[in-house]
Amino acid sequence: MIPLSWYMVLATILFSIGIYGFLVRRNIIIMFLSIELMLNAVNLNLVAMSHYLDSLRGQSFTLFIITVAAAEAAIGLGLVIVLFRNKKTVYVDHINELKG
Amino acid sequence: MLSQLIFLYCALVIISTALLAVRFHNPVYSVLSVLVLFFHIAGLYLLLNAEFLAAIQIIVYAGGILILYLFVLFLVNLRQEIKSQRFVAHHRLSTVVSIILGLSLLAIIPYFKLGAKGNYPVARIEQLTHTKALGLELYSTFILPFELAGLILLIAVVGGLVLARNDKDDTADDVRDSTATATPEVQK
Repeated sequence: MIPLSWYMVLATILFSIGIYGFLVRRNIIIMFLSIELMLNAVNLNLVAMSHYLDSLRGQSFTLFIITVAAAEAAIGLGLVIVLFRNKKTVYVDHINELKG
Repeated sequence: MLSQLIFLYCALVIISTALLAVRFHNPVYSVLSVLVLFFHIAGLYLLLNAEFLAAIQIIVYAGGILILYLFVLFLVNLRQEIKSQRFVAHHRLSTVVSIILGLSLLAIIPYFKLGAKGNYPVARIEQLTHTKALGLELYSTFILPFELAGLILLIAVVGGLVLARNDKDDTADDVRDSTATATPEVQK
């Protein structure tokens, strides 16, 4: 039997890697990919807890999170396409119109 | 014992592919390593008796979302991308921030206490089958969030169409029409 804490440690490490990727990368597509990593870490935590708590709530939440992630990917990548059409770049440090 | 070995294998692959995904120069390699990561997370879901979610993970994440990412990646000039700097200017500070955050989250874990048990033990889920049990829960307790999820998907479809639509389409069509009527032989 696997203890619950193993799953929680794995999910925490995956979440931290997602935050690291979101903070350090310049490419906005890879930043979105890091958000997917963080969402997956949370999903793993929810499924593990719902299994150890004999409940299905966490797994229902995971289903909703997957729905929202799909919507987020569609809208976010649409925004990336619009950004590329207007500015010809996908690097976040080139987007500095508001900088004085 | 066997399940622990499977867990350790999946955890090793998940952590290494996640690190590779945020470190690779080539974004296509990043997306492909995230694909491997999603398959191993589906493996962990199977280990947790959540076979419906494992199938959804592979169908929606690996089959849908990552393909969308790959299509959008074709925008990027890959030759230039491999040569150019992949990190932002202050990436050392960001590394320190994420390591501190990860360590503080890990330090909290030993103080976690499980709450009250629910009414779906593993034996009952296995007797009902996981898909049916999840469906019963979704269509009774979570019926309002379920409908809202459908609304979110509708908004995503409409929003994606509106955002990615090319406003210059009409004029381009006009130009093409005028050239077509002027010199029909030039058109292929």
